[in-house]
Amino acid sequence: MAKLPLEGIRCIDNSTIWAGPWCATILGDLGAEVIRVESPNYFPPATRGVAPRPIPRVDQKYDGYPYNIPGERPFNRAAGFNAVNRNKLGMTIDFRKPSGREVFKRLVAISDVFTDNNAAGTFDDFGLGWDELSKVNPRLIRLSLPGFGNTGPYRDYMGFGYILECMVGHTWLRGYEDSAPATNTLTFPADTVGAATAAYAVLVALVERERTGKGQFIDMSQAEAFVPHLGQALMQYVLNGRVEGTSGNHDPHRSMAPHGVYRCMGLDRWVTITVENDDQWKALCQVMGNPEWTRDPKFGDVVSRWKNQNELDKLIEQWTMRNSDFAIMHMLQRAGVPAGAVMDTRDIYFDPHLEERGFFEWADHPEAGRFRYPGAVAKFSETPVGIRYAAPCLGQHNEYVYKKLLGYSDAEYEQLKKEGHISTVYTIGQV
Amino acid sequence: MAEQALSDVRVLDLTSHIAGPYCTKLLADYGADVIKVERPGTGDVARCLGPFPNDEPHPEKSGLFIHLNTNKRSITLNIETATGKKILKELVKNTDILVETFAPGYLPGLGLGYNDLSQINPKLVMASITPFGQTGPYKNYKATDLVMYGMGPLLYSTGLPEREPVKMGGTVTTSVGGNVAAPFILGAYLGARLQGKGQYLDISLQEIQCAQTERASSQIAGFAYSGAITPRQPGGLKVLGIPNDIYPCKDGYVLFMTMPLWWPRVAQMLDRPDLITDPRFADFATRLANEDQFNAILYPWLMEHTKAEIVEKASKAKEAAMGVNTPEDVFKNIQFAARDYWADVEHPVAGIIKQTGAVFKMQRGGFKVRRPAPLLGQHNIEVYCEELGYSREELVSLRELGVI
Repeated sequence: MAKLPLEGIRCIDNSTIWAGPWCATILGDLGAEVIRVESPNYFPPATRGVAPRPIPRVDQKYDGYPYNIPGERPFNRAAGFNAVNRNKLGMTIDFRKPSGREVFKRLVAISDVFTDNNAAGTFDDFGLGWDELSKVNPRLIRLSLPGFGNTGPYRDYMGFGYILECMVGHTWLRGYEDSAPATNTLTFPADTVGAATAAYAVLVALVERERTGKGQFIDMSQAEAFVPHLGQALMQYVLNGRVEGTSGNHDPHRSMAPHGVYRCMGLDRWVTITVENDDQWKALCQVMGNPEWTRDPKFGDVVSRWKNQNELDKLIEQWTMRNSDFAIMHMLQRAGVPAGAVMDTRDIYFDPHLEERGFFEWADHPEAGRFRYPGAVAKFSETPVGIRYAAPCLGQHNEYVYKKLLGYSDAEYEQLKKEGHISTVYTIGQV
Repeated sequence: MAEQALSDVRVLDLTSHIAGPYCTKLLADYGADVIKVERPGTGDVARCLGPFPNDEPHPEKSGLFIHLNTNKRSITLNIETATGKKILKELVKNTDILVETFAPGYLPGLGLGYNDLSQINPKLVMASITPFGQTGPYKNYKATDLVMYGMGPLLYSTGLPEREPVKMGGTVTTSVGGNVAAPFILGAYLGARLQGKGQYLDISLQEIQCAQTERASSQIAGFAYSGAITPRQPGGLKVLGIPNDIYPCKDGYVLFMTMPLWWPRVAQMLDRPDLITDPRFADFATRLANEDQFNAILYPWLMEHTKAEIVEKASKAKEAAMGVNTPEDVFKNIQFAARDYWADVEHPVAGIIKQTGAVFKMQRGGFKVRRPAPLLGQHNIEVYCEELGYSREELVSLRELGVI
C-alpha cells in the first residue's frame, strides 16, 4: 500500500467551528499527522457541541448527541465535531501561561504546518507570532485564517459567518425573488471555501518549500477566498454597471426555463427540474404525458418559456404534486433531463448511489460509539483518503504528544498537569 | 525573475464550464502552466455564457470565462481524431496533473483514460470531476447547479419552513465543488512528486456536497447519531440578543449580530446612553418582550443612515454589523481595497477588466497575473510548434483536417 501523500508531515491545528477545523482535517485526510491543540479552560462556541459539562437530555436538530444523550463528557460526543475532525490527535495546552507557550514552541519545532482561524493577532498576543515561530522553525508553514485577513480596517471585526456572507455579497444574491434579504435563512458556504482554500494554500506552500527549503506565513481572509465564487454577478457590474439581485430558484443566468423547485406528493417533498434546451423540454413534456397546456405557444420556445416561467412553474407543479420526488427524478433523468429529488438528511444517509460508491464509512469513537459518517471527499486510486481514525476526545493523546513527541519526562508531565495544561475535561472556573 | 510556488507544475486542463475551471484557476493563479484543451470552433462552453460587455455575446468577451480562465493558456484539439489522441498522449509525457470534466467513460472510450495515460507517464495525477462520480446508479445523471444542490442535504434545509427550499446565489454550488477538489488534486500531486508514482482521482460533486463542513457533515452525522432530520428553520438568532437580523436602512439592508451582554454596545452605536438604564430594556427577557418598542427607536435611526455609516458606528461601539452588500458595494468596500484585493487585467479583446486577485497572500511565490484569459487556441503555435516540434505548415494541415 503506497504512502499517503502527506505521510510524514505534521500539522498543528488550533481552530474553532468549521473553517479552521476542516482545513486541518483535509490535511489529515491526505495523510498528515494532525495534532489538534485545545485549551482546557476555554470552551469554544459551536465547536464541540453546546456543553462543556453534563447537561440534561436535549433534542437537537443536528450536531446532536448519540440517541440525544449528552453523557458524562458531551464535548466528546458532539456529532458535528466528530464528523468534521476525524484523522486528528488531540492534546491540551493552557495558552494563558508562559509554560504553555514553551510547550507550543517545542511542538512547532518538530512540526511542518500550523493553521488557525482565530481572530487576527491572537497568537501574536501569546508571544507566538510569526517572527517568534519562524525563529523556532524556519521551515514552518504558518497559515492564519481570520474572517477578514490580518490587515485592513476590518481586521478586528467579529468574523461571524453571516457577517462575512453579507460582506462578500452572497446574502444579497440569494433568497426568494419576492422577498427582501431579511427573510434569508442562515448558510455558511464561506466555511467550506475557507477550509478548502486554506488546505490548498498549505499545499502550495509545501510545494514551494520543496524548492526553497523555507517555510512562510500565509495571510488568508475567508471573505477574499469566497468572493470569486460570485464571479458572474461581479462581472455584470464591472462590464455593464448592472447590480444583479437574487434569482430565487430560477436560472441565475436568466436563460433556462423551466428551472426551479417544485412540490411533490407527500409532506414537504420537493424536486428540482432544470431544462437546458428544446430537446429536454420535449422530453419533460413526454414524461408528463404531453398535457394540452404544453402545446400553448406561450411555452413553444426557449425565449417564450423564460418570459412565461412563473405560469410555467405553476403548471409543472400540478404534475409534480401528483408524483413522488424520487420517481420524478428517475423518470426525468432517464429521459435526459437534469432533475433531482431534494434530499433530506435521511435520504442522503440511505441513498443507494452513495451506498454503492462506498461514500459512508463506519468509525469507532471511544466515547461516542460506532457510527457511519461521510467518508472520502475524493476517491484516490492508490491511497484512499477516508477515515483512518475517529475524531479525538479532548486531550486524548496528551501522553503520546507530551512524552513521545515532545520528550517530556514523567515528572515534567506531572508538573505540567498541575499547572493546568494537561486535561481531558474542561476546567473552566477551576484552577 | 521571482518564481511562483507552482511554476514547475504542468497541468493539462480538459475541463469546461465552471467547477473544473475554478479548480484549475487556483492552480494557474499560483504559477502552474495550465493548458486548456478546447474543442476546435466552439471551445469551452463558458465562452457562450454572459455577462458580456453591453450584452453583446462574443466568444472572447464572456465575463464569466475571463473571470475563471485568467492565467491559463489555450490550445484547440479534437481528441476524437486519431491525430488528436496522438497529440494528447504526446503532451501527457510532460504533464504533472490532468483534470477533466467529461461524462464518465468518455475518455476511457477514446483510449485516453487513466489506465492508458498512466502507462505513458506513471507520475501523472489524473482527476475526473463529475456530478455523481465514475460509478454507481446515478453516474450518468445530469446536474445543473440547482439540481446538484438538492442532491446534497443542504437545499432541503435552506429557506423558510412554510415554503419551498431556496438555493445559493449564482452558481456558488458548482464553483465551490471545484474549489474543494483543488486541495485533493494538489495533495495527490505532492504525493506523486515525493514518491514518484501518480494516481487517479474520481471526484463527485455530490460527495463534496455531502462531505463539506458547511452544515452538511454535521447534519448527516446528526442523523446517524440521533435520527434527527434537519428541517428548514426561520432565520435570526434572537436567542443571543437583539438586534439579530437583517434590517432595512437608508440605502439597502444591514445585518446586526448582537451577542449576550452587548446591550451597552447597541446603546452606544445609537448614541442613546439612556437605553442602558432604560427599564424597558433592563435585561435580555425584558428586551425581547419590548422588542417592538426597541424597533420604534431602531427603524427610524436605520432609515437615516447608510450601510457604510452604520458599519462605522457599530465598529466604534464594538457591535457586530455589516451591510448586505451588493456587487457594487463589494467593489467599493474599504477592506478589500486596503488589502489590494482587485487586479486590473488587460485582455486583448475585452479591454481592461477589474477582477478578483489573491485568495491567499503568500510571502514568497504567491499570486500573480501572468496573462489574461486566453483567446481560443491562442497558444497553438507555442505548444504545437515550439514545444512539440510541428512545423507551421503542419499546423495549417491540422487545422484544415479538423484536428485543431
